[in-house]
Amino acid sequence: MAFLLEVLIGGLLAGIMYTMVALGFVLIYKASGVFNFAQGAMVLFAALTFVTLSEHGLAFPWALAASVAVMLALGVTIERVVLRPLVNAAPMALFLATLGLAFVLEGFAQLIYGTQVHGLELGISDAPIRSLPIEVSKLDLFAAGVAAALVAALGVLFQTTRAGVGLRAVADDPVAAVAVGLDLQRLWAIAWGGAGVVALVAGLLWGARVGVQFSLSLVVLKALPVLIIGGFSSIGGVIAGGLIVGASEKLAEVYVGSHVGGGIETWFPYVLAVGFLIARPTGLFGERLVERV
Amino acid sequence: MSSNATAWPSSSDVNEAAASTSRPLRQTLRIAAFILCAGAVVSLPFLVTDYVLSAILVPVLALALAGTGQNLVTGYAGQLSVGSAAFMSVGAFATYDAHLHVPGIPLLAAFVCGGLAAALTGVFFGLPSLRIRGFYLVVSTLAAQFFVEWLFTKVGWFSDYSPSGVITAPPLAVAGFDLSSPGGHYWLSLLVVAPLVALGRNLVRGRVGRAWMAVRDMETAAAVVGVRTGRAKLLAFGVGSFYCGIAGALWAFAYLGTVESHGLDLDRSFQVLFIVILGGLGSVAGPFIGAAFVILLPILLDQVGSAIVGGSVDPGLLQNVEKIVFGALVILLLIKQPAGMARLFYIASIRIGRWRARPA
Repeated sequence: MAFLLEVLIGGLLAGIMYTMVALGFVLIYKASGVFNFAQGAMVLFAALTFVTLSEHGLAFPWALAASVAVMLALGVTIERVVLRPLVNAAPMALFLATLGLAFVLEGFAQLIYGTQVHGLELGISDAPIRSLPIEVSKLDLFAAGVAAALVAALGVLFQTTRAGVGLRAVADDPVAAVAVGLDLQRLWAIAWGGAGVVALVAGLLWGARVGVQFSLSLVVLKALPVLIIGGFSSIGGVIAGGLIVGASEKLAEVYVGSHVGGGIETWFPYVLAVGFLIARPTGLFGERLVERV
Repeated sequence: MSSNATAWPSSSDVNEAAASTSRPLRQTLRIAAFILCAGAVVSLPFLVTDYVLSAILVPVLALALAGTGQNLVTGYAGQLSVGSAAFMSVGAFATYDAHLHVPGIPLLAAFVCGGLAAALTGVFFGLPSLRIRGFYLVVSTLAAQFFVEWLFTKVGWFSDYSPSGVITAPPLAVAGFDLSSPGGHYWLSLLVVAPLVALGRNLVRGRVGRAWMAVRDMETAAAVVGVRTGRAKLLAFGVGSFYCGIAGALWAFAYLGTVESHGLDLDRSFQVLFIVILGGLGSVAGPFIGAAFVILLPILLDQVGSAIVGGSVDPGLLQNVEKIVFGALVILLLIKQPAGMARLFYIASIRIGRWRARPA
């Protein structure tokens, strides 16, 4: 029983990490209806920017501020160069454009910052806390706290602020939003800049755990089942999705994987997500869509 | 394979351009041009070096076939798949296993087995498309991608219990003809690819293709006017994956000479997807243009790079430059010409035709 609990907690904590990446997706999806495949590349880019600045002797707050500035600038640039010309394009074209964007960002990140693995020290210990009966580190708790804070902040942003309501309107119907006078380009720039900052936070926490390296951009793939289970448009759903994916993949690996040769973690979340899709096509908390012809 | 497989035939522009020539004469000219092109394509092994054959032409043909499969699923039926490499992998392994376990099976029959196995896999992972739409389907094809890679690594039977999981392809021969030379590999690829592409071209112009395009353009409307959308989607997955499976068998048998699941990973799936986007979604010539581009660009970058540096360039650096170029081109084409390079070539050919048709 203690073992089961340990696996479960480990999985839930991994799930929080997935949630962090998935939040960036939801931000953009809610704001523009775009499924942003480049979110993982943005995580990599953000983490590499921060690590490189730190290694060149910048103190933590300055490096952080500079990275935030870089990510905001990147977000605005993406809106200007990629999205603005594709207003009114089909969702599939937008998705494919973000796939191209992911390749460009990954290429640039490694061209500028190199391909070696960087260590990242946030000053928070990743060693298990001794006083607890289960293996939880300070970094785990910190990550959970940050995730909760991000979710709360995004919730407030979308529900109460003027920009948030505008973003939801744009996602619902861009043409109608523009017709009532919303500034589409400014709103998209806000969403992509915000997603860049979320990517930075996710990149720092993941980087502190596994080192800053190319595999960070592959995290994006694990975020996909998280989104599908939670529902693309629901911030709360992403937390639930992240926890379900994290916990179930660890449990499946330990209890099922050991009978079939292991390594089922690589595909289990996707199969689970397909199962959820078939049962509930809009996710656990997604909004039901009505299609008009 | 280029000029006789134009994507946009018998357009009024073309007719206008050739208005001065009489109809029967034009017909004869067209047939003559086709025979000339076909002859040139078949006799290529006598004209080019072995390097060009085995490092450029054979992989271009294999990837163009995979691109054709992807194009049927994504370009015509509008279902986004990022699992083409998985279906290629299934095709390659099934071809190998058919060849190994069925004594005396002809090579081409083994290829068909590979294609059928891939088709079944494709239909299975396409089943969720009955319930879900659009890019949600990405997750199902991702499941295919990772599951297939895992299966072929973990279950030794598929690779005949080879300890490395890498298996060597047998020497190639069709109907008693030895095809183990680079030229033979090329002819085999041509023999497989040409009829399949011709078949695909007819398929998309018939009832089936119209149903696919109706589903792509607006699924609800297609269902309302009586298209059986579920059947159309599964058929697209089946036929598309069949093409990918055969392409995988060609990739493994005619190009690499080995069968290995890690060479057909997610990156390969993205490569096939990019081939179709760059070449042109929903066009027959597109995958060929895209595949040629994808194979030639790294070689070109390498040449340019070494010319600038004056020595060999760091392969890591080249890989990153390649990624940036591909990504940027995808974005650029989606913005400027969503119908891809095939459309650009077509527009260029009309301009040349108009220029030629001008009275002197």
